[in-house]
Amino acid sequence: MKRLHPDLSLLFLFGFFTLFSNVCSDLVISKLDRQIDLSSQIVRFTTSLKLENNGAEAVSKVLLPYPENQGKNLAFLSVTVTEGKGKTKTSSDRLHVDVVHPEGMPPSLTWYAVSLPKELSKGGSLTLEVKAVFTHLLTLFPEKITQAEAQLVAFQDSAHYLSPYAVKIQSLTVKLPEPKVESYTKLENTKFSGSEIKYGPYENIPPFSLPTIIVHFVSNKPFSVAQELVREIEVSHWGNVQVTENYNLIHAGAELKGVFSRLDYQERPHVRGASALSSLVARLPARAHSIYYRDDIGNISTSNVYSDSAKTLLEIEPRYPMFGGWRTAFTIGYGLPLQDFLFKSQGKRFLDITFGCPMNDIVIENLFVKVVLPEGSKDISVVAPFPTKETRETKLSHLDIAGRPVIVLEKKNVVPEHNKKFQVYYRFSSFSLLREPLMLVFGFFLFFVACIVYVHADFTISKSSPSYIAKLQWDEVQTAVQQFQNIMNCVLVIHDKLDASLRDLSRTGDVQACKAARKNADAFLKELTKELKPLSAFLQSSPQALQIVPKVDELVIKEKELQEKLMLKHSMVVDSYEKKSGGRDIDNRVTAVQQKITLLRQEVDDLLEVIDEI
Amino acid sequence: MAAQETSQSAIFRHAFGNVLSFTVLLLIGVMAFSIRLFSVIKYESVIHEFDPYFNYRVTQFLTKSGVYDFWNWFDDRTWYPLGRVIGGTVYPGLTLTAGTLWRILNSINIPLSVETVCVFTAPVFSAFASWATYLLTKEIKGAGAGLTAAALLAMVPSYISRSVAGSYDNEAVAIFALIFTFYLYIKTLNTGSLFYATLNAIAYFYMVCSWGGYTFIINLIPMHVLLCIVTGRYSPRLYIAYAPLVVLGTLLAALVPVVGFNAVMTSEHFASFLVFIIIHVVALVYYIKGILTPQMFKVAVTLVVSVGMVLCFAVLAVLIALVASSPTKGWSGRSLSLLDPTYASKYIPIIASVSEHQPPTWPSYFMDINVLAFLVPAGIIACFLPLSDASSFAVLYIVTSVYFSGVMVRLMLVLAPAACIMSGIALSEAFDVFTRSIKFHLVGTTQNPQENAGDATKVTQNDVKSEKSEDTVKERSSRKSKKKDKENIEKPSLVSRVEKRLLVLPLETSVMAVFLVVLLGAFYVVHCVWAAAEAYSAPSIVLTSRSHDGLHVFDDFREAYAWLSHNTEVDDKVASWWDYGYQTTAMANRTVIVDNNTWNNTHIATVGTALSSPEKAAWDIFNSLDVKYVLVVFGGLVGYPSDDINKFLWMVRIGGGVFPHIKEPDYLRDGQYRIDSQATPTMLNCLMYKLSYYRFVETDGRGYDKVRNTEIGKKHFKLNHFEEVFTTHHWMVRIYKLKSPRNRIRGKTKRSKSKSGTSKRSTRKKNPWQ
Repeated sequence: MKRLHPDLSLLFLFGFFTLFSNVCSDLVISKLDRQIDLSSQIVRFTTSLKLENNGAEAVSKVLLPYPENQGKNLAFLSVTVTEGKGKTKTSSDRLHVDVVHPEGMPPSLTWYAVSLPKELSKGGSLTLEVKAVFTHLLTLFPEKITQAEAQLVAFQDSAHYLSPYAVKIQSLTVKLPEPKVESYTKLENTKFSGSEIKYGPYENIPPFSLPTIIVHFVSNKPFSVAQELVREIEVSHWGNVQVTENYNLIHAGAELKGVFSRLDYQERPHVRGASALSSLVARLPARAHSIYYRDDIGNISTSNVYSDSAKTLLEIEPRYPMFGGWRTAFTIGYGLPLQDFLFKSQGKRFLDITFGCPMNDIVIENLFVKVVLPEGSKDISVVAPFPTKETRETKLSHLDIAGRPVIVLEKKNVVPEHNKKFQVYYRFSSFSLLREPLMLVFGFFLFFVACIVYVHADFTISKSSPSYIAKLQWDEVQTAVQQFQNIMNCVLVIHDKLDASLRDLSRTGDVQACKAARKNADAFLKELTKELKPLSAFLQSSPQALQIVPKVDELVIKEKELQEKLMLKHSMVVDSYEKKSGGRDIDNRVTAVQQKITLLRQEVDDLLEVIDEI
Repeated sequence: MAAQETSQSAIFRHAFGNVLSFTVLLLIGVMAFSIRLFSVIKYESVIHEFDPYFNYRVTQFLTKSGVYDFWNWFDDRTWYPLGRVIGGTVYPGLTLTAGTLWRILNSINIPLSVETVCVFTAPVFSAFASWATYLLTKEIKGAGAGLTAAALLAMVPSYISRSVAGSYDNEAVAIFALIFTFYLYIKTLNTGSLFYATLNAIAYFYMVCSWGGYTFIINLIPMHVLLCIVTGRYSPRLYIAYAPLVVLGTLLAALVPVVGFNAVMTSEHFASFLVFIIIHVVALVYYIKGILTPQMFKVAVTLVVSVGMVLCFAVLAVLIALVASSPTKGWSGRSLSLLDPTYASKYIPIIASVSEHQPPTWPSYFMDINVLAFLVPAGIIACFLPLSDASSFAVLYIVTSVYFSGVMVRLMLVLAPAACIMSGIALSEAFDVFTRSIKFHLVGTTQNPQENAGDATKVTQNDVKSEKSEDTVKERSSRKSKKKDKENIEKPSLVSRVEKRLLVLPLETSVMAVFLVVLLGAFYVVHCVWAAAEAYSAPSIVLTSRSHDGLHVFDDFREAYAWLSHNTEVDDKVASWWDYGYQTTAMANRTVIVDNNTWNNTHIATVGTALSSPEKAAWDIFNSLDVKYVLVVFGGLVGYPSDDINKFLWMVRIGGGVFPHIKEPDYLRDGQYRIDSQATPTMLNCLMYKLSYYRFVETDGRGYDKVRNTEIGKKHFKLNHFEEVFTTHHWMVRIYKLKSPRNRIRGKTKRSKSKSGTSKRSTRKKNPWQ
C-alpha cells in the first residue's frame, strides 16, 4: 500500500545545498510571507519578499528556485515590485523573468532570474511579490473512491522557503478549501484554525533549509482538466468574430470505483457525488451572441445564459455528471461584435482578444489558439504576454481561393491566470472585402449569360446528321400544319359569317347585302383554297408528315363537303327569300341541310383538335 | 404593324407563362424545402430516429475512406461476433448521394460537416421530387395540373413524415427517384425517343440504388404495358419505352451489390420479363400484320396461335415448377407479406414486430393525405376524359398504390405521390372549368348589352372584315405578314369555338365552387403545416414535454450514448434490444450484438432469450457473447411508452421462435401481459424486468410505473451478476455491467445454499452459445 512519505530528494538536497550556502549571500531576505492557496486543483503560491542588499555590489537579478516537482508543474509566474503598505500598496508591472542555470547549482532545481527594474544598490531594500501557479501538484489519496466517499488529496512542500538567500523572518499560511483535514505535519509554531494552517514565524533560517510538511485534506472541488482545448477565433470583416472552442475534458480527481447509482445521486447530490463535476461557468465577453453548446451527437440542452452589460455568463452542464476518471467532449461557440475586438493602429489592424479559456478552475494541458484572419491578410505578427509556440496554417472556407491565413499558438499547462489579452497585427485592405460578393455577382452573371447563350444558340453537332435533318423537316411540317390550321380556321370564320349574313337576312330581309356577303365569302374561300394547295402538296411530299397527312386530307374533304352544304343552304335561303316564301317553309327546306352541316361542323372541329394535338 | 404587335404580345404571353411557371416551381421547391425545417427550428439540426443513424454512419465512412473501401466494408462493430458486410447489403443510393454532395461542397470550399449535409439531404430531395411531380403530371395532363400536383406533393404529410430535415433515410431520395423514373417512362411513351428511354433506365438504376421499393416500378410498368397491349394501345412508342428499360435496367440493377443476381433470379422481377416476351410477340404480330394481306394474316394467326399456345404452356410449366421448388416461391419475405397481408404475422415475427409494417388505420389516411383522399376519385375520372397512355398509367399507379398502402403503413409513402398527381389533375380540371365559365359569363355580360343595343356583332365582324380586306389589298405581296394576320383572326374564332363546346356552369355556382375549392386547398395547407410542425418533426432521440412550468427536455438517449462513448473501452460490446443497435454504433461508437438490420433472426433471438431469461442464464449467454454492458430503455419513471418492457413480448416471441424453452404463456397471466403483483414468476425474474426496475421502488417508495399505471410486482431485489454503472437523468436508459467471472464463482457458492440454484442450472444447459 502506498503511503504518504516526505520526498526524500528534498531532504537530500537540503544537505547538498549547504555547501553552496554562501554563493548568493550578498542579498538577504529580511521578511518573507508565503501563502499557499489549496482551495482548488490549481495551487497558487503568493510570496512577498523584502530584499536587502548587504553586499558591496549592486544587484540587478534575483534568483527564484523551485524544486523539481514544482518546477515542472509551474504554469504561471509573475513578479511585481510593491511599494507602500496596506491601502497605499501599489504594484508595478510584471518584471522580466528568465529561466537560468546558475553554475554549481544542482540541476534538479528550476531557477528563475528576476530582472529588477533598477539595480539594488548597497543597503537598498525592495519588496517583491511573486505569484506562482501550479497544476497537478496535489496528490490524490486514495486514488479511487466510491460514489459516497469524499475526495482526499495530499499536498507536500517545505515549511521554509527554498531560497539561495538567507531569510530573517518568514511565515507560511496554507489555505484549504474546507476545514476538514485528515492529517497535517506539526512543526513548532503550527496553528490550525478554520480552514487555514499557519507555520511560523521562523527566524534566521539559513538558505536551503527545508523541513517537509504534508497536508492531507478534503477537496471536493472537481478536478476538471481539459486535455486538449482548441480555440478557433475567426475574424470576419463583415462585423463578426466567431469563437469556437473544442473541449476534451476529463475529471482528473479520484476515480469512481464501483457503481454509479442515479438514485443516490439524485437523492443527495452533495453527499453521493460531492466531487462530481455537474456544471461549468464560462465568462464570455459582453455582447456575445449566437451562443451554442453541443457535441458530436448534437445540441446539449442543459445550458443557461445570463447576460448583463459587462459580461455574458454561460452556464453549461455536461450531458452527465462527471465523476472521477470520466471524460467528455463538447464544443461551445459564440459570436462577438467585431468593433469590440478589432482596432487600427499605424495603418495596421490588430485583433485584441483573450488567450485562455473563459472557464474558471479548468486546467488546460494543451491549448491551441487558432486565429483565422480574412483571406488576403498580410504582414501578420503576434504579440503575446507570455511565450507560446507559433505556427502557421491556411484554412479554406466559404468562397476562398487561396485560403485564409491561420496563426496557431500552442501552449501547455494553461491556467486562468493566462486569461490575458493578446494581439494579432495584420494588414488587410477594405477592398478585399468586396472580392467575394463580386465573385458571386460575376458567377451569377455568367450563369445567366450561359443560359441566354444556350437558349439562343444552336448546339447541333452535325448539321448533316439524319436526326438533325429529320428535326428540321419536322419543324417545317409543324409550321405547315400550323398554317394549314390557320387557313382552316379562317375558312370556318367565313362560314360563320355566312351564317350570320343569313341571320341578318331573316331579320332585315336585305337580300342584296346577303348576296354581297356570299360573293365576298366565295372570293375569300377561293383564295384560301388556293393557298391550301401548296401546303397539302408539301405535307404529302414530306416523309415526316406521314401520320398527319390522312387526317389533313380527311379534313380537307370534310371541309369541302361542309362548304358545299353551306353554300347550298345559303342559296336555298336566299332563293326562298327572293321568292318571298314563308319563314316556316324555309325552315322546313333547310332543316335537313342544317343537320348535315352541324354534323360536318362537329367532325371538322374534332379533326382540327386531333391535328392540334399532333 | 398591328399584326406584328399582336404576334409579339403572343410571344410575350408565352414567355410570361414560362417565367411564371418557372417562378411557381421555384417557390414550390423553396416551400418543399422549408416546410421540412420545422424539426431544425423546433429541435435542432440532428439525425432522427434509428435507420438514419446507420445511414449517417455509412456516409461518414464513405466520406472518410472513399467509395472503394465502402464497397468492401466489413463492419465488425455490429452483429458481434458475426459482423456485417455493409458494402454488399446496403442500398447505396442515399449514402452515395449525400457523400457526393458533401464532396462537391467541400471541393468548392463550402466546409459543411457530413452531418449537416445528411440532415438536409431529405428536404433538398423533396424539392426535387416536387419538380419531378410537375414533370410527370405535365406529361399526363398539362402544365396546370403539373403545378398543382407539385404544390400538393411539396407538402403532403405522408411524404413529410419521411423527409423532414434529419430524417436521413432511403425513402427521402427514393420518392424522387420513383417519380422521376415514372416521368421518364411517360415521357418516352409520349415521345418515343430513345434518348429518354436511356435516361429512364438510368433513373431506374438510381432508384434501385436507393430503395428496395424499386420492385414497385419494375412491376407497375410491365402492368401498364400489358394494359396498353390488352386495350389495343400498342404502339412503337410503347415498345421503345419498355424494352430498353427492361434490358438496360436489369443490367444496371445487377450492378448494385445488394441486388446482384436477384435482378434476374427472384420472382419480383418475373413480371417484367414475361411482359418483355409478350411485347415482342405483339410487336412481331403487328409487323406481320403490316406485311400480310388480311386473309393471309388470319391463316397465320390460327397457325401460330395453336403452335404458340403449346410452347407457351410448356415454358410456363417449367417456370412454375422452378418457382414452386423454392420454399418462399422465390419471393422475399417482405414482398410476400405485401401479397398476403397475414403472411408476416404468421411466419416472420421480426417483420411483424415493426410498427411501420402494420396495416394502416382509416384515420392515418386522413392524417397522411388529408383532402387528397377525396380528390383522388375526381382525378381518376378526369384521367378518363380522354384516356391516354399516360393517364391510364396514372390510374394504374393510384390503384396499385392504394392496395399497397392498405397492407403496410410504410407504403403510404408510395401512395402519396399518386394521390398528389390525381388530386392535382382534379383540382386543375375543376379550376379550369370554373374559371372558364366565370370568364365566359364575364365576357358574355360585356358583349350581351352591345348585341342588344344594335348590330354590335355585325359591326365587329365588319371591322374584322374591312380590316382584313384592307390588309389583303395592301399586303397581298407579302405572304408572311398575311399569315400572321390570319393568326390574328384565328384567335377570337378559336376561343368562340372552344366556348361553344364547353359545359358552361352558372356564374354564381362557379364562383362558389372556386371559393370552396380554394377553401379545401387552404384546409389542406393548414393541415400540412400543422402535421409538419407538430406531428412529424420530433427527432425521437430528444423528447420534449410541455408542462405548466415550461418546456421540459428529455435528452436521455444521447446522455447514455455519450457516456458510453466517452467512458467505456473502445472495444467493449454493448447488448441491447435491436432497436437501439444503429444508434449505439453511430452515437456511442461501441460494438453491438444486434441492430436494426434484422438479417440474422437467430442472433436476435439469442438476445431476446437472454433478456427474457433469469439473471444467471442471461449472464451466461451475454458472457459467451463477450458482452460487457447491457443497455435497457425504461420509461416507467417519466412515462415514456415505447420502452423495453412494452416491447418485451416481441423479445419473448422472437426468442421463443428459435429457442423453444422460452414460452410466451410463461410470461402471461391468463393471456394478459402484466408486471404488477399478479405477474408470473417467470416474468418477475427475467432479466428485462430486473434491469428495468432495479432499485425503482426507492424513487417513490412503492414503485409506481407511469407507463403501465400499476405498482410493480417485485419491488426489492438484488442483482447478483450485473451491476448498475449508469442511469440517465430521467432513468430512460439504464446501463449495467456484467460482473466479472470471479464474482460469479463467489456468487455460485452462495447460491448453492439457496433454493433456486437447481432451476438456474437447468436453464443454463439451454444456453444456445454453449
